Amino acid sequence: MVDARFKPGAKVKVRKAFPLGHVRTPFYVRGLTGTIERLCGTFPNPEELAQMRDGLPEQPLYRVRFRQKDVWPDYRGSAKDVVEVEIFQHWLEPA
Amino acid sequence: MIERSHHDMGGLRAGKVKRTEHDYADWERRVDAMVQLLRFDGKMTVDELRKNIEALPPHAYDAMSYYEKWVTSLAQTLLQRGVVTTDELAKKMVEVEKRGRR
Repeated sequence: MVDARFKPGAKVKVRKAFPLGHVRTPFYVRGLTGTIERLCGTFPNPEELAQMRDGLPEQPLYRVRFRQKDVWPDYRGSAKDVVEVEIFQHWLEPA
Repeated sequence: MIERSHHDMGGLRAGKVKRTEHDYADWERRVDAMVQLLRFDGKMTVDELRKNIEALPPHAYDAMSYYEKWVTSLAQTLLQRGVVTTDELAKKMVEVEKRGRR
């Protein structure tokens, strides 16, 4: 199991990467900065499971909160609106 | 370099959602059951199912129904794992097709 690097409230940047294969980090948040909302647990890495390997060591999975206006340039709702996305630790860097 | 995979369409404009009720066809229930059984048996993961759905060419991804994608991905996964061979699958498909024409 990989240790959790981030605590709730920490600012994180999502890696701007475009690998082949099965990826669970949605395109629309790659490269953006958000805040750790909570640690959801640790799980086998789905990117590895998709390639018929065991996905170990388990990776921490976080719920990361982004401001809607940071995600969508033309967002017209409240500046306080957020979107939360579950992202594995190996996709996150300290911001 | 392909940046956004075709399936990864979160945030793209899609128009209104059509809300309709529908029942499942028998073959769709069978496909669902097969996937669950293979997962319980350790012969595939949901992530492989996703990978092979996401690998569909864009026109096929858009044209195929939910369980058409599943059954295509299921076959691809079993071929990749060596559970069945391409030749076995091809022969069986001919056999099943004949059965359906009786």
